[in-house]
Amino acid sequence: MDGLQIPLEHILVLAATLFSCGLMGLMLRRNIIFMLMSLEVMLNSAALAFVAAGARWGQADGQIIFLLILSVAAAEVAVGLGLVLQIQRRFKTLDMDQVNRLRG
Amino acid sequence: MNTLWLIPFFPLLSATALILSGGRMPRQLAALLGAGSVGLAAISVVMVARTYLAEGEVQQLTLWTWIAVDNFTPRIAFYVDGLTIVMMSVITGVGFLIHLYSIEFMWEDESFCRYFAYMNLFVAAMLLLVMADNLLLLYLGWEGVGVCSYLLVGFWYRDPLNGKAARKAFVVTRVGDTAMALGLLLLFTELGTLDIQAMMATANSTWQVGDTLPIIATALLLGGAVGKSAQLPLHTWLPDAMAGPTPVSALIHAATMVTAGVYLIARNYELFLLAPPTLQAVAWIGVLTLLLAAFTALAQHDIKRILAYSTISQIGYMFLALGVGAFASGIFHLMTHAFFKALLFLAAGAVIHCLHHEHNIFRMGGLRTRLPVVFWSFLIGSAALAALPFTSGFYSKDAILLTAWTAPGNGPWLWAGGLLGALLTSIYSFRLVFIVFFGAAQTEPDRQPGWKMSGPLILLCVLSLVGGWFALPLAGVLPNKGHAGISHVVEYISIATPLLGLVIAYLLFLGKQVSIASLVASPSGQALQNFWLNGWRIDKLYDTLLVRPFKSITHWWRNEPVDLLYNAMVTIARWGHGRLVTLQTGELRWYATSIVFGLVLLLAIMLRNAS
Amino acid sequence: MMENLFYVASLVALVATVAALTRPNAAHALIYLIVSLLAVAVLFFLMGAPFAAALEILIYAGAIMVLFVFVIMMLNLGEAGDTRERQWLSPRNWIVPGIMAALLLLELLLALRHTPVLTSGVAVDPKTVGLTLFGPYVLAVEIASMLLLAGLVGAYHLGRRFIVRREGRS
Repeated sequence: MDGLQIPLEHILVLAATLFSCGLMGLMLRRNIIFMLMSLEVMLNSAALAFVAAGARWGQADGQIIFLLILSVAAAEVAVGLGLVLQIQRRFKTLDMDQVNRLRG
Repeated sequence: MNTLWLIPFFPLLSATALILSGGRMPRQLAALLGAGSVGLAAISVVMVARTYLAEGEVQQLTLWTWIAVDNFTPRIAFYVDGLTIVMMSVITGVGFLIHLYSIEFMWEDESFCRYFAYMNLFVAAMLLLVMADNLLLLYLGWEGVGVCSYLLVGFWYRDPLNGKAARKAFVVTRVGDTAMALGLLLLFTELGTLDIQAMMATANSTWQVGDTLPIIATALLLGGAVGKSAQLPLHTWLPDAMAGPTPVSALIHAATMVTAGVYLIARNYELFLLAPPTLQAVAWIGVLTLLLAAFTALAQHDIKRILAYSTISQIGYMFLALGVGAFASGIFHLMTHAFFKALLFLAAGAVIHCLHHEHNIFRMGGLRTRLPVVFWSFLIGSAALAALPFTSGFYSKDAILLTAWTAPGNGPWLWAGGLLGALLTSIYSFRLVFIVFFGAAQTEPDRQPGWKMSGPLILLCVLSLVGGWFALPLAGVLPNKGHAGISHVVEYISIATPLLGLVIAYLLFLGKQVSIASLVASPSGQALQNFWLNGWRIDKLYDTLLVRPFKSITHWWRNEPVDLLYNAMVTIARWGHGRLVTLQTGELRWYATSIVFGLVLLLAIMLRNAS
Repeated sequence: MMENLFYVASLVALVATVAALTRPNAAHALIYLIVSLLAVAVLFFLMGAPFAAALEILIYAGAIMVLFVFVIMMLNLGEAGDTRERQWLSPRNWIVPGIMAALLLLELLLALRHTPVLTSGVAVDPKTVGLTLFGPYVLAVEIASMLLLAGLVGAYHLGRRFIVRREGRS
C-alpha cells in the first residue's frame, strides 16, 4: 500500500518535540530506570527522523538506519539494565544522585 | 735530567700506597714508606743539586702535554734552577726531619697511616709547585697544598672545632686563590702563554715599567700570595690552623706552604719589576703584618699560637725583602726561617707531647732541667728567630733591614718598622723561653723524647746556627739589591736591637727586676692586652663586615623569593583546579544537564551563523 | 482522512511520551511508553515504511520494553518507590530542566523553519529493504551483530552475580 504525502517539516517537528521531552525526562528524573526510558524516547525520536528522511526520497536507506538504531538501542538496554541491577545491589538504591563516587 | 721526575714521584707513590691501604697497613711499614719516600726525594734533590752546581745549567724535563686547545698548551714539565734547588732542598730536607719526628709523635694515634698519606701528598704537591715550569702546574700544586692543609688541620676531625679551623683555613686562602686565578687568566689573555720563562720574555717586550696591566696582574697574584702566606688581610686562618698536629704546623705552616706566596713573587720577579706600585704594596703589607703579628704574639698564652703569629711576622719580613727588591735576601730568610721555625715548632711539639698535651705556657715552667734537649733546641731556635748575632737568622734578617734602609722613597720608614718588629720578636720569643723553661715547674713531664724526636731537633739546631754561612746558588737567578754605602750607625743599631730585646725580656720575665704587673692590671692595660690577644680584633671585624651580612642575606632569602614566580604558577594552577573540581559532582543528571547546556550554546552559534 | 489519522497518531505519541516521563510508578510509565511506541509505529506505516513499523512493534515495544518490565519486576520497588518518586517530581525540580529543554526545542524548531518538502508517498516494501540491507549495507549488518554479541556477553556478566545472590538468599 502506498503512503501519504505529508509535509516533512511536521514529522521533524514531532521528532524534535519528542527528543526534547526525552531530554527533559533525562534531566528531571532521579531514578535510573526512568533515565533509561528517556534515553529510549530520544533514540526513538531520532529513528523517526531517519525513517521520515527515507520516506522523503522513497529509498530503503532510512529504514536500514532505523534497524541499526534499533540494534544499538537493544544492546544498550541490555547492558544498561544489567548495570541497574548492579547499582541496586551495591548502593541499595536507584537514586542516581547518590551514586556519585566518581566525584572529584 | 730524566731523574727530575723522581723527586715528586716518591712521595706521591707513597701517598697512593698509604691511601689505598685503607689504614690497614702495619705502623712500621707506614712509617718506613712515609719518612722513607721523603728521604729518597731528599737524596734525589742532592744529586740534582750537585749536577746543577757542577754544570751551572738549568735542568728541564717535560713529561707530557696537559691540555692542547688552540694555542693553549700547558705541559706537565719541570724547570730547575737555583731558586728551585733552594726550595726543593728546604722542602725535602726539613720535610724529612719532620717526617722522622712525626713517627714518634704520632705513634699512638689511631690514624697513623692517614697522617703519613696526607703528609706525603702534601710534600708531592709542594714539590710540584716549586718545580713547575708554567703557572698552571704551579696552580695545581698550589691547590694541592691547600687541600692537604685542610686535611691535616682537620686531622682530628671528630672534634668539630678542628673542622671549623680547617674550613676557615681553606676558605680564607680560597679568597686569595680566586684572585690568583684571575691573575692567571689576565696573564694568559695578555701574554698568550703561562710558561714562566716565555712569559717573562713576552712581558718585558710587551709592557713598559709602570703600565696598568702588569700592575693589575701582579696585584692579583699578590692577592693569592697574601692568602697562602697569611699576610694582612688574609692572615686570620693561620693561628686557628694550630688545631692540627704539631709536626703539621711545623711543616706546612712554618717551613713550606706559607712560603709558597714568597716563592710565587720571587719566581715571577720580572713581572713584579714591571709594576713598582705592587712592589711598594708588597713591602708595606710586609711591614704592617710583621708589626701587627709581633704585638699580638706578645699577649698570647698558647705556645703554638705564639709561634703561629711569629711565623706571620717573619713572612712579613720576607715580603718586605721582596718589596724593596732584595729578592735573594728574601729567599735566604725563607730558608733560615724554615730551619729555626721548624726547630721551634718541633721543640714545642716535644713539650706538648711530654706534658700530656698541655698548651698553656703559664702552666709550664722549669723544663730546663727536665727536658734538656728541648730546652737547648728552643734556646737556639729563639736566638735565631730574634736574629741574635752569628745565628742564621741574624745574617738573613740583617740583610733585609739594611736593604730596606736603602730603598727609594719610604726606605727609612720601612727600616724603622722592621727594626721595631725585630725588637718585639726578641721580646716575645725570649718571653716564651723564660716562662716555659725557667721558674717553678707547674706540670711535670711524664716521658722523655726518643731519638726520632731528639735527632731531628739536634740536626735543626745545627742548621739554625750554621745555616747563615751557606752561599745560596741564586746568583744570576734572582736580582738582589745590595746595601753598600750605609752608615755604620744604622748597621750597629740593627745589630743591637735584638740584644736590647733580650735584655728587656730578661728584666720582665726572668729576673723580674722590672714589673709591669700594675700596668697590665690597669683598665687600659687590660683592654690593650685583650685587644692584642684577639689579634687586633680582626676576626671580629671580618665577622661584622662580611660574615654577618652574608648570613643575614641568606637568612632573608631562605624562602627562595626567586621561586615565587614558579610557586605562583603552581598556586594558580591549584586554585584553578580547586574551582574546576567542583564541577565534577559525580551525578549523572548534572552531567546530562551540562551536555544539554553545551548543545544549546552550540546550536545557538550555528543558527546565528547560518541565518 | 488519512492525514487526520497522522495528526491523531502524532498527538497520541506526544501525550503518551509526556505521561510516560512524569509518572511516579515505573510500571505505569512503561505502559505509557509502549503506547507511544505503538503510535510511532502507526506513523511509520502511514509514511510508507511498513517494515519499520513492524520492527518498531516487534523489537522496540515487544522486546526492549519487555526487558524493562522484567527488570522492574525483579527490583520490586513497591509503594516506597512511588512515594519517593513523587517527592522527586516536586515542581521545584522542573525549573532548570524545563528551561533547558524548552530552549533546545526552540532552537530545533528554528532550524526546521524552511523545509517545505513532502514525503514521497511511495511505500518502501520489505523486499527492497532486504535487498539493500544485504547489498550495500552488509558490513553494517555484521557490525550490528557483533554489537549485539557484545551486549549479550555484557548483560550476562553484569547480571550473573545478582541472580546467583538472589537465589542464594531466597
